[in-house]
Amino acid sequence: MKWISVKWLTVYAVVYMIFLYAPVILLPLFAFNTSTIIAFPLSGFTTEWFVGLWYTDTLHTALGNSMIVGVTTALVSTLLGAFAARASARFAFPGKTGIVGLIMLPLVLPEIIVAVALLVMLNQLGMPLSLWTVVGGHVLICTPFSIAILSSAYRGLDRELEEASFDLGESRWGTFRRVTLPLVLPGVISSLLITFTISLDEFIIAFFLTGTDVTLPVYIWSQLRFPAKLPSVMALGTILLAVSVLLLILAEALRRRSAARQGVDTTLAGV
Amino acid sequence: MTRKDDMNDSIKPMIEIRDVIKKFGTFTALHGITADIREGEFFSLLGPSGCGKTTLLRAIAGFEPPTSGTVAIAGKDMAGIPANRRPTNMVFQSYAIFPHLNVEENVGYGLKTRKMPKAEIAREVAEVLSLVDMKNYGKRKAHELSGGQRQRVALARALVMRPKVILLDEPLSALDKKLRDQMQMELRSLQRSIGITFILVTHDQEEALIMSDRIAVMFDGQIEQLDTPEGLYRHPVNKRVASFIGVMNFLPARVTALSDTHLTLGIAALGEAQVPRDRLGKDVNPDKIDTIGVRPEMLTVLFDQDERSQNKVKGEVVDTEYYGDMTYYEVRLPGHDKPLTISMRNTAGRSVVAPGSTVSVGWGIESIVVFGE
Repeated sequence: MKWISVKWLTVYAVVYMIFLYAPVILLPLFAFNTSTIIAFPLSGFTTEWFVGLWYTDTLHTALGNSMIVGVTTALVSTLLGAFAARASARFAFPGKTGIVGLIMLPLVLPEIIVAVALLVMLNQLGMPLSLWTVVGGHVLICTPFSIAILSSAYRGLDRELEEASFDLGESRWGTFRRVTLPLVLPGVISSLLITFTISLDEFIIAFFLTGTDVTLPVYIWSQLRFPAKLPSVMALGTILLAVSVLLLILAEALRRRSAARQGVDTTLAGV
Repeated sequence: MTRKDDMNDSIKPMIEIRDVIKKFGTFTALHGITADIREGEFFSLLGPSGCGKTTLLRAIAGFEPPTSGTVAIAGKDMAGIPANRRPTNMVFQSYAIFPHLNVEENVGYGLKTRKMPKAEIAREVAEVLSLVDMKNYGKRKAHELSGGQRQRVALARALVMRPKVILLDEPLSALDKKLRDQMQMELRSLQRSIGITFILVTHDQEEALIMSDRIAVMFDGQIEQLDTPEGLYRHPVNKRVASFIGVMNFLPARVTALSDTHLTLGIAALGEAQVPRDRLGKDVNPDKIDTIGVRPEMLTVLFDQDERSQNKVKGEVVDTEYYGDMTYYEVRLPGHDKPLTISMRNTAGRSVVAPGSTVSVGWGIESIVVFGE
């Protein structure tokens, strides 16, 4: 009786994974295909699309823009997330649940709503659209992720550890450097990596709030109008996919190491 | 006992606590605490949770500066001096072993802040680790240690700083009963051999009695009684202290006659008794006497009609609890509803009396504690 249900669960899981990841597999498949038409059968192996990317200046500009936005977003949202996480883990204050809930809300708010609302507001304020308005939007949606990651890092940090350090003659700054930072550092790095990845991949907010300086996803979208460019988009997508997966694996590995250091269960999902 | 007290009185107090009040918002955690803690003494702060004992400990450590009042350590007022510059070190309830450092690094943590040379730190750490019997565990991380081992590391980390006072915040509460008993003995003998002042916070009256030279019993942010374990047990100042320390049978009583030297008490179920006036506590006003207390071991179940006792009352055994070496009897006496608890050592000739039997209960006037507001 039991083995039947186990068998069916396995089938279900396998079908589910295929459904989830088969389209993603198509990306690298066509990126190495010689034909410009995205269709089977495959016509031959080539790396010319990847080489072509090397010589596309507009792509490099877009990549540069994405890097500026991604790095700034990661730094700002991790900093804000660290403040919020420490406050919510350490202190009790009136309205705490509500305030934390409001900060976490962008996590579930449709991005298109956020994007349109921000656009309307920026127009009303008369602020010109630029990479910085994109950074603003990205910080808004990335900070909740930072808070979630760093909260678990701070919660694992027993308050008595910091007190013990202080009691043993260490200064407040020394306590931060020798106890607090080493214990939350993996969480900080994990937060930086995840927020950077989210910003790098984000399209809707970037599309609405960017001016003339486009980010990588917006650039990719603009290229989709030209069928001849499709294979290079596939190539670019393949690179982005690989980088994203790599960063997320790194982030999760770091988070688990941090949890293991503090002797916390490591199977819990971070976000 | 007396000799030791005399000796201690001549020593200047290590900690002088004067009128310490601590408020958290509208809640007052400490209502004006005054106490002296002597040098080299094992001192306990005992009380139920929420009585302010941990707050007082943290005020001494420098984590909770008093709202008003002073704490002086070794003759020096500690006002404005934060925890990292006080001659005290704490053993935390969670032990707070730094998880990213090994045992040696944990123990050497405080010495490093003092910019002590590495070789010297290593020597000091090795010395203190062997003192707490942990010298083979220097390279272990916190998560590779048992509860008892963590406790030793936390103690070593405090001891290595050579503080004037070691503060222990319920350090044994996380351990199982057997290990706790063992650690109580170890902690006590270690404190005796090194002679550092220890202040222990505990809610476990048995632990406080076993380990302490003196105990401050706290309720609702106040010290109700400060005394030796024996003093607390034999002469509790009021009913609250009496029922918190050990088991106490309470019986209503009132003064029926007064003379210059004695007063006569009418005690429910036990009858009349003459008590010398000098046996009353300083605070007891003869007009307000309403209760007496008597410890279970001060009452006797008379197994043999010929057994002698000052006074005898007949009663009915309601229940028995057999502990091997001891038996606890619940005996109801006529004229008092609540049965009295009587503990009897089980000797070779005696068998446990079954519930329902009628027995004689013997009691002596010297075992009675008189209470009145």
